[in-house]
Amino acid sequence: MIELFPLTMLGALLGLDVVSFPQAMISRPIVSATLAGALAGAPGRGVIAGAVLELFALETLPFGASRYPEWGSAGVVGGAIFALHPDGTTGALAVAVLASLLTAVVSGWSMIQHRRAIGRWAAGMRDALASGEQGAVATLQLRGMTMDLLRGGLVTFAALALFVPLSRVVLSVWSLAPAPSRAVVVALAGAAALGAVWKIVHATAGARWYLLGGFLLGLSLLGIT
Amino acid sequence: MSAPRQLPFGIRLATLLRLLAVQGAWNYETLMGNGIAFAMEPGLRLLPDGTDGAPFRAAMARHAGYFNAHPYLAGLAVGALLRAELDGEDVTRIERFRTACCGPLGSVGDRLVWAGWLPACSLVALGVFSAGAAPLTVVLTFVVLYNLGHLGLRLWGLEAGYRNGLQVANSLGNPLFRKGPAAVARVAALTAGVVWPLAVRGVVGPARNWLVFVLAAAAAGAFVVTRLQGRVEGWRVAIAGLAGLILYSVVR
Repeated sequence: MIELFPLTMLGALLGLDVVSFPQAMISRPIVSATLAGALAGAPGRGVIAGAVLELFALETLPFGASRYPEWGSAGVVGGAIFALHPDGTTGALAVAVLASLLTAVVSGWSMIQHRRAIGRWAAGMRDALASGEQGAVATLQLRGMTMDLLRGGLVTFAALALFVPLSRVVLSVWSLAPAPSRAVVVALAGAAALGAVWKIVHATAGARWYLLGGFLLGLSLLGIT
Repeated sequence: MSAPRQLPFGIRLATLLRLLAVQGAWNYETLMGNGIAFAMEPGLRLLPDGTDGAPFRAAMARHAGYFNAHPYLAGLAVGALLRAELDGEDVTRIERFRTACCGPLGSVGDRLVWAGWLPACSLVALGVFSAGAAPLTVVLTFVVLYNLGHLGLRLWGLEAGYRNGLQVANSLGNPLFRKGPAAVARVAALTAGVVWPLAVRGVVGPARNWLVFVLAAAAAGAFVVTRLQGRVEGWRVAIAGLAGLILYSVVR
């Protein structure tokens, strides 16, 4: 369990980045999974997991007060699990991505609980806040951020403690061939990403033609390179 | 409008840093209200009698109440409100401004950042990944590019807000906000079109011979997801799909 400590710390910091501080989007999976992969000793595998998760994350942008999955901790979990299995481990990406998506759901739920808890603390400090006490404002702010840091760390640790051993068991009895194992994951991620892009840009005048033009250019590059 | 009182560099810096934590106490009752008071607090110390004075406490209480905006544009409100408080503006005008600016600052920021700049940077990073760049290059491309826009917007917002005070609504007429979201959306669409097939190829690994099938399946899946808009999300479908795949591979 002690080897999970650096990854837990990373998950805590990146979980904090999602909403509380500093929202620099270092919590995006392309960053978080790559960093986790690097901590696990395989940044190259981390970035592959990060790219797949980033395709999913395009669908879940943090609009206003909407509820969305939390990718900071989830990216760490996905990147670490994929990186912990050596190159050529069939099914590792599918298992890592599923673990990450499930973590994102649970972590998103934990953010809602965290926000409710802040609301309760604020209600308990109502008189102090209503009278403009400088200390009350700062206390609420710092308590919220500290608890968010702990929340991210706890989610990351619990997910890694559950999914790392589970992934070893699952992959030891994996029976599908490498190609279909990978193809299903990538097709699902590609579908989510393309659907997300369409949802974002279709309302902008002319954007669909830019998308189509880019797509033709991308296919041409695919043929050339 | 008279020139604003010059804010000491230390206070501007403290306000900017606190703006990075403006959502640190986000909750369903006051949303980011507490964060607004937290960010304004260094500047409000300049009010008569400092932190012990009635004006300071009244202003802190006022700004810790309900407030919502896009977090990156919250600086525009913080700057404007700080200027208004230091200029001794009428409280009714300040409160009216607080209420009025929530909607525009939220919707403009959502369109410009969450629906534009973030996916555009994400797609650029995926493009760099697809081109075979090293992991560190991919990460730095995203983090540096994204945060040029992010930090630039926060810094501009605070400065423009403080410079213009309650007249800051004019700043939202800036071409960046009027035409920016559509321009960024077009760039994101073009980038997405180019990057999507390349990114799929970049992660397809041992299924390289299946690339055409994977692209076709992904496009068909995207079509279904968009047709069922609001009723189904691709990432939720993926959870069920991957769970089924794993179960099948383990028990067959």
